[in-house]
Amino acid sequence: MTSAVSFQKVSRHFGSVRAVDAVDLDIVPGEFFAMLGPSGSGKTTCLRLIAGFEQPTAGSISIFGERAEGVPPYRRNVNTVFQDYALFPHLNVLDNVAYGLMVKGVGRPERQKAAEEALALVRLPDYGARRPGQLSGGQRQRVALARALVNQPKVLLLDEPLGALDLKLRENMQEELKSLQKALGITFVFVTHDQGEALSMADRVAVFNDGKIMQIGTPEDIYQRPKTRFVADFVGSSNVLPPDFVQRYAGQHRWGSLRPESIRISRANGEGVAARLVSTNYLGATTRLALDAEGLRLHAIVPAGAALPREGEAVVLTFNREHLHLMDELG
Amino acid sequence: MRSDRGPSAPIGLKLAATGGLLFLHLPILLIFVYAFTTEEKSFVWPPPGLTTQWFAVTWNRPDVWQALSLSVRVAAISTAIALVLGTLCAAAVSRTKFFGRETISLLVILPIALPGIITGIALRSAFALAEIPFSFWTVVLGHATFCVVVVYNNAVARFRRTSGSMIEASMDLGADGFQTFRHVVLPNIATALLAGGMLAFALSFDEVIVTTFTAGQQQTVPIWMLEELIRPRQRPVTNVVAMVVVLVTLLPILAAYYLTRDGDQIAGSGK
Repeated sequence: MTSAVSFQKVSRHFGSVRAVDAVDLDIVPGEFFAMLGPSGSGKTTCLRLIAGFEQPTAGSISIFGERAEGVPPYRRNVNTVFQDYALFPHLNVLDNVAYGLMVKGVGRPERQKAAEEALALVRLPDYGARRPGQLSGGQRQRVALARALVNQPKVLLLDEPLGALDLKLRENMQEELKSLQKALGITFVFVTHDQGEALSMADRVAVFNDGKIMQIGTPEDIYQRPKTRFVADFVGSSNVLPPDFVQRYAGQHRWGSLRPESIRISRANGEGVAARLVSTNYLGATTRLALDAEGLRLHAIVPAGAALPREGEAVVLTFNREHLHLMDELG
Repeated sequence: MRSDRGPSAPIGLKLAATGGLLFLHLPILLIFVYAFTTEEKSFVWPPPGLTTQWFAVTWNRPDVWQALSLSVRVAAISTAIALVLGTLCAAAVSRTKFFGRETISLLVILPIALPGIITGIALRSAFALAEIPFSFWTVVLGHATFCVVVVYNNAVARFRRTSGSMIEASMDLGADGFQTFRHVVLPNIATALLAGGMLAFALSFDEVIVTTFTAGQQQTVPIWMLEELIRPRQRPVTNVVAMVVVLVTLLPILAAYYLTRDGDQIAGSGK
């Protein structure tokens, strides 16, 4: 099957900076694909390479089997929802949404009808006559979405689409994007630095660091079975355990990762890892504990309401051996 | 006592403000009055009598028409050149990063920071060195040097305020370079260009120093006025021309003011 987007050894260097470094990537048609990573990890550059705003320094990109190098953005069947939405302030909402059809020469009645349908799709009917400046952040985002979708792209690119929204709105939008993607069947590629967002929305996630992809997999893969220390730490703030520590409790001299929620805490007697409670951090549904185990800083998450030891008190940590995930990375 | 009067300004301040405004605008009013005087050799106060004959006299003087037409043509062409070059330069400086960007920005602005006499002498000797005869076009070139600055400054400020991703959004939605310029860039910088163009036109229209250094036999309106003031006949003709110039320059500036004010309302609403 042809990939929706395929990268073969793609690099993009800016002077001596390797923003994207020999990346291989295959995005399946119709999937919701997330590019996750800290800022400067190359995920946005990858998105811009797909959109055509950047050209690869080396390697080749194809979109639905067609070579994309040298093809300008306006000849690609790919549309982008920009981080700052980039709505045109001099056009009203309807003309903003109809813009793509207008430059393609679609007649006025036809493109206005299509624009109205797209606005209804993002649940903003009757907003056509307003100016972008009169809309809230969430509404602008929906307009940007409608403006991209009206062109019926084969791939929709979303650059940190929810970054500027407040928490409540972000959660609503996450669900809505997800169901929109299911209904339309379009390949969505979205960039985020929020691991929660990537895990909850995407079918597959690529974790970026330093211009390279550290791991590609389903959210469960990434979360439960991180391949490298970076992935373990970045996705869900896992406890990264050094080989000596792992040797003692699992019998193998390898790096390990242990999720904060996998750690159980009991009072100081019995088998387990001896530790001291450093601080507690109340998070509402859960409480996050910082622990000191033989000089190693560990974090544990316990449900709200659990009986907690006092700060500074000695405790014993236990965990299920199956939850300790061993990583491939050496050293 | 004064504090009891609430928000009303103290009498001294009112007087000072009125005095200042009168000082600024009475001389302009005097120019208007002298356009109607019957005394033609010197300006005497009060005017011995009032007449409208100078309007007819002015209308029939070919030198007035020549000077006006030259000034309008020079200003229009310099402004047109400045609009193209100033916008292109502003786009380059604000859109991309390249080596020497700040230097180029400074060099573009320099002609307006330098005294006109320096620009004038420099251009004159440059034209002489290149053996270019002084003509209509040397005046246009001289004026374009400072007109570009005005347009550039306006355009650069506007480019900095418009989101860079808007151009990318337009390309992303299928518009090529020309369509993007026509449908996105131009509408967003139009009011800035209008304001810059008006100012450039006005600057060119009343420019004296650079013109004297770059003109041959050509007389623009300000040069014509200077020459006319030395002659002891038909003096009020100068005043009639001055009146027309005031009206002709005031109307576009008022128009520009109202046009850009509406534009700002649209851009600023809901923010």
